[in-house]
Amino acid sequence: MMTAHAPQVRAWRETRTAVETASPTEQAALLAEQSRLIRRSVLAMIGRAKAGHIGGDFSVTDILATLYFGVLRIDPARPDAPVRDRFIMSKGHCAASLYSVLAYSGYFDPAELDTFMGPYSALNGHPNRTKVPGVETNTGPLGHGLPVAVGEALGTRLRGHDSRVFVVCGDGELQEGSNWEALMSAAHYRLANLTLVIDRNRLQQGARTEETNALDPLEDKLAAFGWEVREADGHDHAALLGAFAPGAGPRPVAVIANTIKGKGVTFIEDRVEWHHKVPTPEQIDLALKELA
Amino acid sequence: MTVADTAALTYDNRTAFAEELLEIARVDERVVAVCNDSVGSSNLVGFRQEFPDRLINVGIAEQNMVGVGAGLAAAGLIPFVCAAGPFLTGRSLEQVKADVAYSAHNVILCGMSPGMAYGELGPTHHSVEDLSWLRALPGLDIVVPADRHQTRQAVRQAAAEPRPTYLRVGRHKVPDVTAPTDPLERGRFLLARDGGDVTLIGTGTLVSRTLAAAALLAADGIEARVLNAAYIAPLDVEAIRAAAAQTRAIVTAEEANISGGLGAAVALTVAALGRGPVVRALGLSEFAPTGSNDLLLEHFGLTAPAIAAQAREALAG
Repeated sequence: MMTAHAPQVRAWRETRTAVETASPTEQAALLAEQSRLIRRSVLAMIGRAKAGHIGGDFSVTDILATLYFGVLRIDPARPDAPVRDRFIMSKGHCAASLYSVLAYSGYFDPAELDTFMGPYSALNGHPNRTKVPGVETNTGPLGHGLPVAVGEALGTRLRGHDSRVFVVCGDGELQEGSNWEALMSAAHYRLANLTLVIDRNRLQQGARTEETNALDPLEDKLAAFGWEVREADGHDHAALLGAFAPGAGPRPVAVIANTIKGKGVTFIEDRVEWHHKVPTPEQIDLALKELA
Repeated sequence: MTVADTAALTYDNRTAFAEELLEIARVDERVVAVCNDSVGSSNLVGFRQEFPDRLINVGIAEQNMVGVGAGLAAAGLIPFVCAAGPFLTGRSLEQVKADVAYSAHNVILCGMSPGMAYGELGPTHHSVEDLSWLRALPGLDIVVPADRHQTRQAVRQAAAEPRPTYLRVGRHKVPDVTAPTDPLERGRFLLARDGGDVTLIGTGTLVSRTLAAAALLAADGIEARVLNAAYIAPLDVEAIRAAAAQTRAIVTAEEANISGGLGAAVALTVAALGRGPVVRALGLSEFAPTGSNDLLLEHFGLTAPAIAAQAREALAG
């Protein structure tokens, strides 16, 4: 198991404090800078590993940056603290962006990111909680994160802890039936401490979600299942901060984050082939210029 | 009460399971139960009455049930996830793999009424694949208590040292084959009877039947060693190697498919020795016909006379 990286934890704390005390405009700028660093990291990791899921990594980046640098009550130096907010990345194939935000939060040395998917690396193509601090549960097969998040939300409430549980699902992932079982449970148990963030980039591996197994009207479906539903621009950090505020209760909160798969690099954006295509060295150079 | 009367007494392990779970829940508030509308069949009515907030019934939704169990464990609770064996293991196998075993979340998966306990309800309701499926998952203990005493001990141990576990809780009534004080050691078979000619290894419902088979063999002058395989994983490799070295044949018996269960595990262990006695694995290899649990056990040769006959044949080479 890797351990916390003290200098990076300090840097994370400084940024967190800055975000908390900044004006809304400055907050958004600080979070946008973290997003830029994460996207550059993801590019380097995928370029080096010659594997990964760049499209989904880029669509979820701003959500991750907002959560880790603006919302989650966590201490990366104490990943197992009994009372903490919890985050589950249900779309585990977007591990590169998760590992980047965890490393930049200080859960482990960012230098480890260079080993992504390398031989015997802790940083597998899908996250493993027994190897990577900050990972709450192992994901990869789709439809697993939300049920576990429901259990965590129930469990922290039973223990009397003031913890919030966040889970990010891909939109295509909602085609898995297990999610709808969990959506029912969360509403039934009135899990006001649970927030589901749907990375609504409208693309899945093979085609558009609406051409494959349509999800719309998604907002109506979630509301009918008993959730408080919010919509936000998934790349607008200020909007996400607002959307991630606690719900009025007693319902769980679903945030439909409207995103663009591949966001941040024009030739990758909203193109189905970039689900897990690996950029060439020339394309990485071009992308890094856009993310300069 | 005579010895014959005592031998005739049999018990549903679910009763011991429910009583013990309630007792530990009273002293450890981290203990919670999760089920899939199986409050009655999992014997959780008493638990619900006493701890309504700690009985989480997710309804008929087994994938969510196991995921919720993993999340509860991640929150520091000790979840006993109870559902009929076939649905707990088959419907949510990927959750058992990814959320429990691979994630190393300390969930105790309680497969209720396993084997062919549901008799006439048919193969959809039989849990005979569970040992094969779950033995393929690293990091998951598989515990199969043979009687009410072992059931109680298994529940106590799971709560005291929680780890990813599959606990097979029988419904088919069985006689006592252990004393309340007999140890239940993780990863160890229990020596139920010693003998030097043939080893019979039974698990769950088959332990009492292998003991009865040993008595039949003894009448013929054949001394059978009987091992109670209360743990299928971790496997008691030492006891198997000793049996291979000290007896001339090994017969395994399980109310499960032989393709990957106890018999397969024993056979692999013996084969790895390079030399050893013949191993006969008794169990199922096809979907069961219609019949009661008892009839089906007889149909598949899982009775004392049939086990004894297999032992005699194995010894005859």
